Amino acid sequence: MAVQRVKFYQTGSFAVGNRLLDPAMRSVQSDATRTNAITSGHRACRGCGEALGARYVLDAAMRATGGKLVTVNATGCLEVFSTPYPESAWQVAWLHSLFGNAPAVAAGVAAALRAKGRTDIRVIGQAGDGGTVDIGFGCLSGLFERDDDVLFVCYDNQGYMNTGVQRSGATPPAARTTTTPVEEQAPGNRFGQGKFVPFIAMAHEIPYVATATIADLRDLEAKVERAMQLRGARYLHVLVPCPLGWGTDASETIRIARLATECGLFPVFEAERGEVTDVNPIRHRVPVEEYLRRQVRYRHLFEPTRRDDLIARIQARADANILRFGLLDEKES
Amino acid sequence: MAEPSAIPLPFAITLSAATSRSNHTGAWRTERPVYVDLLPPCVNACPAGENVQRWLYHAEERDHEAAWRELMRDNPFPAIMGRVCYHPCQTACNRASLDEAVGINAVERFLGDEALRQGWTVTPPESASGYRVLIVGAGPAGLSAAYHLRLLGHDVVVRDASPQAGGMMRYGIPTYRLPRDILDLELARLLDLGIVLELGRRVDDLPTEMADGGFDAAFLGIGAQLARRAYLPAGDSARILDALGVLRTVADGGAPLLGRRVVVYGGGNTAMDVARTARRLGSTDTLVIYRRTREKMPAADVEVEEALAEGVRIRWLSTIAYAGDGAVVVERMRLDEAGRPEPTGEFEQLPADSVVLAIGQDIDQSILSDVDGISVVDGLVQVGPDFMTGRAGVFAGGDVATNDRTVTSAVGQGKRAARQIDAWLRGQVMAAQQPRRLATADRLNPWYYSDAPAAVRPQLDAARRASTFDEVVQGLDETTAVYEARRCLSCGNCFECDNCYGMCPDNAVIKLGPGQRYTIDLNYCKGCGICAAECPCGAIDMVPEET
Repeated sequence: MAVQRVKFYQTGSFAVGNRLLDPAMRSVQSDATRTNAITSGHRACRGCGEALGARYVLDAAMRATGGKLVTVNATGCLEVFSTPYPESAWQVAWLHSLFGNAPAVAAGVAAALRAKGRTDIRVIGQAGDGGTVDIGFGCLSGLFERDDDVLFVCYDNQGYMNTGVQRSGATPPAARTTTTPVEEQAPGNRFGQGKFVPFIAMAHEIPYVATATIADLRDLEAKVERAMQLRGARYLHVLVPCPLGWGTDASETIRIARLATECGLFPVFEAERGEVTDVNPIRHRVPVEEYLRRQVRYRHLFEPTRRDDLIARIQARADANILRFGLLDEKES
Repeated sequence: MAEPSAIPLPFAITLSAATSRSNHTGAWRTERPVYVDLLPPCVNACPAGENVQRWLYHAEERDHEAAWRELMRDNPFPAIMGRVCYHPCQTACNRASLDEAVGINAVERFLGDEALRQGWTVTPPESASGYRVLIVGAGPAGLSAAYHLRLLGHDVVVRDASPQAGGMMRYGIPTYRLPRDILDLELARLLDLGIVLELGRRVDDLPTEMADGGFDAAFLGIGAQLARRAYLPAGDSARILDALGVLRTVADGGAPLLGRRVVVYGGGNTAMDVARTARRLGSTDTLVIYRRTREKMPAADVEVEEALAEGVRIRWLSTIAYAGDGAVVVERMRLDEAGRPEPTGEFEQLPADSVVLAIGQDIDQSILSDVDGISVVDGLVQVGPDFMTGRAGVFAGGDVATNDRTVTSAVGQGKRAARQIDAWLRGQVMAAQQPRRLATADRLNPWYYSDAPAAVRPQLDAARRASTFDEVVQGLDETTAVYEARRCLSCGNCFECDNCYGMCPDNAVIKLGPGQRYTIDLNYCKGCGICAAECPCGAIDMVPEET
């Protein structure tokens, strides 16, 4: 496991901070002097998972690089809600160009810094799932195969949310979006479509690929720190629940992310050069139903008539992940 | 909407950093988070009113002295309490719904013992109030009252008829539960505060003693010293004793003649104590006879379990119909619809060298008989909510005034009475405490607590226990005590885990520094409620905004 797990100390390393731990062992987010890469006043919805994810990643990267960091952002929720002209919520060097070209721009920034002999300054490219798995995907694959010195972060909220909740290549089966409505013959997004970019990134055999969620801060911060220790193309895929698009209560954003991993639907792991090197085991396993029924986008699985057939298919996906990654295996401590 | 920056921006920079802060997103809010401090269930359940959660908080940080001092604000006997208390705090503990209750009593004992090892003391105030208070009875209620009155600056004199102080802590509780060196050390520390103790000094005429001694108030903590006798048909040669007498004889170093086969009649803690004592005195066959079921037994579960482990047998739903020479006749009972025991007419003869009655205790009313205003109803001295009897300036608490009959309850009553006496002496009225909302288990977010099963206190081997008066339950070492303290969930009170600070998507939680907790920046808080949902201990409420 990337993160040093603290076994006891009341909350161990589950909570953000812990007064009983040595300050050096505490999280970046518990630090009163953290960067706050994206600060107050941004226009993200109440309970936005992406705003939280971006701050977690960039604050950790700022600490890991000693503040020598350039961020390139694709178009998407994160860009729209953080920079409505003439305001900006960013407190890091931040650059936006187009929806589809963020990996290419990030690669360009890295190349320019190399040309100027400033390889001490590191580059992060970031986008939502639309900018990563769909629109920016060609540029991203190019960044991977050239092994450009960029950490690319995808904040995956499983759809095009700020334009009105349209389906993306990361939208899961059976989820309702405005382009995958619920009808008699079509209960939301189709099974058998979509892609999981962490696998594609691994297929490029780049130095580092990892998944994480905003429900496990210590793990996420450790993965950013690990990524910044490496050079070359690196990819981090962060699950960030969206209260608007998923139809969840604003207060439940963290809980939803936690349930996504605890049911097995979202595997949390690390890979180097195409090989899985570590997985986060499930702590308290729950059936997928626990995760699904809190989300309006899955309501049609439960009412007006309960669709046990579809719930079983989703459960099968979770079970397959559990088997594939060994999410329930006992780990040696 | 903010105006574009008046300061010219550098080349290629279009937006200034953090200009979003001019957009006060707090206007979106329909609910606001509010930090609350709720009443933890352990504190709610503690008969002595200890701030359990607070002293555990210090123990978690290994600041044992601060923990002990917090404890001493409410209870002068942590080492005793850590041995004899039946810990209703642990019964109430929310952690039981996760794995097992926090071993509060074990930590208390560790702190109490640590204080004795380190010689920690408390100091009474330098300024004297000028008031004098007479305490009648040097048991847990009287000594607790004396302690708190002394710390409030009063002159305190304690009088007790017995040759040694401690009351039931000395003459009732067997040494295998409370070693006398521990009792003596904690009593000595208490008396060192400048409390005058007069032993062998029975108070028969309270008004005269108060007038002669110049006392402004008195506290009656005389306990319930008289063993209750039930009418029991018995033969001339039957050997019938009472439990208090047996325990007192043993406490004085004697060995009452009980014989090999001992029958104890009763189902309370005293019955368990005397049965376990009988085992240690050589009884090979110790039988407790109780007329109702195990569930209805007033004895604490731990006492019953320890007694059974030591080989004491218990016969529920039975009464003694006749006690004869070397035998008792027992009648089987059954419960009627209302749950009351009723006789069945089925009899059985059991061998018994002696019968020990443990069917309750009454207060000695002789001291009260000539005192105007003090009334006794159903065997208890009647007091008001301020612990004052019908006679002005005379207060009472402990076994003499309640049927709780535990050391912890007596200590709590002594404390509360002392504070009332203090207020009365100074001509003040104590403000009624605002009831605090209870921190219930459903408010917790248990995900964040580490999995940690309870530490178990080592116990003396049951076989050895039955033959010696050595202490049965052993203490925790420092590491284990700290571990156990850290199992506390801090129900309903912020313990600064930083979850709210770290998980606010709008950076609207301001961290005020160690011990200072947090505040909400309402300019930016959108009221999403993540902080409240992810607070491990349920210390944040979401409150609707007024529209």
